[in-house]
Amino acid sequence: MYKIITKRELAPKIQLFDVYAREIAEKARPGQFIILIIDEKGERIPLTIAGYDTKKGTITFVFNEVGKTTKQLGLLKEGDFLKNITGPLGNPSQIENFGKVLCVAGGVMIAPMLLQVKALREAGNIITAVIGARRKDLLYFEEEMNVSCRKLHVVTDDGSRGYKGLSFLEEILEKERFDRCINMGPVVMMKNVCEITKPFGIPTIVTLTPIMVDGMGMCGVCRVTVGGETKFACIDGPEFDGHAVDFEELIKRQRTFLPEERLSSLLWERLGGRGFDRK
Amino acid sequence: MTESKPKPKIQKEVTPMPKQKPEIRRRNFNEVALGYTKKKAIAEATRCLQCPKPQCVQGCPVEIDIPAFIKLIREGRFDEAAKKIKEKNSLPAICGRVCPQEEQCQKFCVLGKVGDPVSVGRLERFAADLEREKGVKIPEKSPLTGKKVAVIGAGPSGLTVAADLARLGHEIVIFEALHLPGGVLVYGIPEFRLPKSIVEAEVDYIRKLGVEIRAGYLVGRVYTIPELLKKGFDAVFIGTGAGPPKFMGLPGENLGGIYSANEFLIRVNLMKAYAFPEYDTPIRIGKKVTVIGGGNAAMDSARSALRLGAEQVCIIYRRTRKEMPARLEEIENVEEEGIICRFLANPTRFIGDENGWVKAMECICMELGLPDESGRRRPVRIKGSEFIVETDTVIIAIGRRSNPIIQRTTEGLEETKWGSIVTDDNGKTSIEGVYAGGDIVTGEATVISAMGAGKKAAKAIHEYLMKHKPATNR
Repeated sequence: MYKIITKRELAPKIQLFDVYAREIAEKARPGQFIILIIDEKGERIPLTIAGYDTKKGTITFVFNEVGKTTKQLGLLKEGDFLKNITGPLGNPSQIENFGKVLCVAGGVMIAPMLLQVKALREAGNIITAVIGARRKDLLYFEEEMNVSCRKLHVVTDDGSRGYKGLSFLEEILEKERFDRCINMGPVVMMKNVCEITKPFGIPTIVTLTPIMVDGMGMCGVCRVTVGGETKFACIDGPEFDGHAVDFEELIKRQRTFLPEERLSSLLWERLGGRGFDRK
Repeated sequence: MTESKPKPKIQKEVTPMPKQKPEIRRRNFNEVALGYTKKKAIAEATRCLQCPKPQCVQGCPVEIDIPAFIKLIREGRFDEAAKKIKEKNSLPAICGRVCPQEEQCQKFCVLGKVGDPVSVGRLERFAADLEREKGVKIPEKSPLTGKKVAVIGAGPSGLTVAADLARLGHEIVIFEALHLPGGVLVYGIPEFRLPKSIVEAEVDYIRKLGVEIRAGYLVGRVYTIPELLKKGFDAVFIGTGAGPPKFMGLPGENLGGIYSANEFLIRVNLMKAYAFPEYDTPIRIGKKVTVIGGGNAAMDSARSALRLGAEQVCIIYRRTRKEMPARLEEIENVEEEGIICRFLANPTRFIGDENGWVKAMECICMELGLPDESGRRRPVRIKGSEFIVETDTVIIAIGRRSNPIIQRTTEGLEETKWGSIVTDDNGKTSIEGVYAGGDIVTGEATVISAMGAGKKAAKAIHEYLMKHKPATNR
């Protein structure tokens, strides 16, 4: 059992949890993820690690209340327990002095990006960060990100704050040469960023979050095509060369269980936040 | 040859075990085989000739005293029969259900020459089930030795090592990567073949021996083996089993509706997707399901798909029925349940619809050529024999590779070019105090062979601990 130590709403329906998991906190590195299961009937969901505190023995993750499991998670309070957390899983990010790094993050992935930005800065990199969301009220960690990088750009899909859409990136790349681009967020966003960086020849790393079950190489549902080869995001990734990823296939595979996910989520809401029981 | 007095007539046919009828069981997840009654068990036990030089025992990887426990059943001493089995086997209710007995003990049974061999498996299951229903007694343990052993993986080999070493007085912690203990017994083998309540009961027995099980703990990513050895463990056993599923590398293999058998079975068994939406993990089954492969995972997948409501299930296997590696009883069950087997065929590509979902696959006919290194005749493609199979769900059950996480995080651990761990006959690896057994050493095999490896390793670990290693001061 894993105890929730702090719960913080960063933006509407975007929650941050600190959970007591001492051994995972000791071993976690930027870029890795955990698999969480709420209760006996729960599914296993992967979440990217957004922080760890070896003194307090806690790990941090952020999630968006979109499906049944994340909605249920959002109802839990400080002091409540989760049935299981397994991790840290996946390979840690490569952290070294690359030079000038462009870090682009969107949605729930802004939080793990902040962890990575801090590690990259400590390794001597000069960082330009971009954080994005659909609307301005869904942005968070702007201050924290701002103090951790040399320059911060803000972008929203509807233009309610900062740039509207990602096309401004091209102008930035025309003015300034970057040695590496790191990219975490919704798949469509990562795909767009990769299309923008490719003509400039900037090595672009993406963190993939396909459907997973065990998260340790057993089931193969997280398979992605990278450079024409099938890779498992859980044990070969989760970070890959963004210019080699087959995003079209990934987008389709992420939608595999959409009807079931909708049903599960709808039932949860109709039953007023109780699980469905056959009896 | 003359005989002085007429011998009692031997019943040549095995005593049948009641089963759920195929037309009913093909739509439910309840156990198919229902087990012997006391009367039937005694009738079957009476068939045993009690050979002075029993042949059956040589076929048992854990060397159960088979004639002795059968004699006890015949005499109605059921508790003692269970105790006799448990001297060698800590998981009898499981082995009675999943061992390929026709390849092991029953293969050597003398009665098999004139009729059916004695059904050792069904009798083992009977004794274990009866004992469990009454409440399992915990055997006496040796005094504590003060030695501590880490077991990685709570599957058949790990549970066996843990039970044997705990009974010898060692302190055991099992580290299991998944959130439930049991390994392939909980994520791989379906409920209708091995009810999960039985696995829970047998795991519970091992806990009662004093074994601690830490679930959701991935050794290698949390502590590594060298770290465990530094943190007070005197020895380590690696029983991490088979890992990533193999795919065929064919065009269209990543389309929607194409599962590995591992994914399909983990969803259905471990995560109980058959009870979605009561349980949160979903599974989608179409109308026409195709399973590729001929092993137990293929049979289990096909039968699960049927129970999840598929209209038609077809198994495609590149050799013939004779070469199928699955347990004979499961092949028979598959046939009884109306699953179609298409032999001597292999897929060549998958065809998707506009939404990226599989709608058909192209196969090619095969014929058997010369035997390969496994001794089975190698399937060869027949040119120009391609044909199309309509299907909306495909389950690929062609085997698994070795799990790489331990090897990647343990310096100095010798592995083969296939990524399995190298050991001597007793499970000793290239690192002192580190042993391994089961599928991570042999590649994919059976529950009982993993348990056999566990038994050998436990013996070797015990000797190592008692001879070479002073008790840790704690």
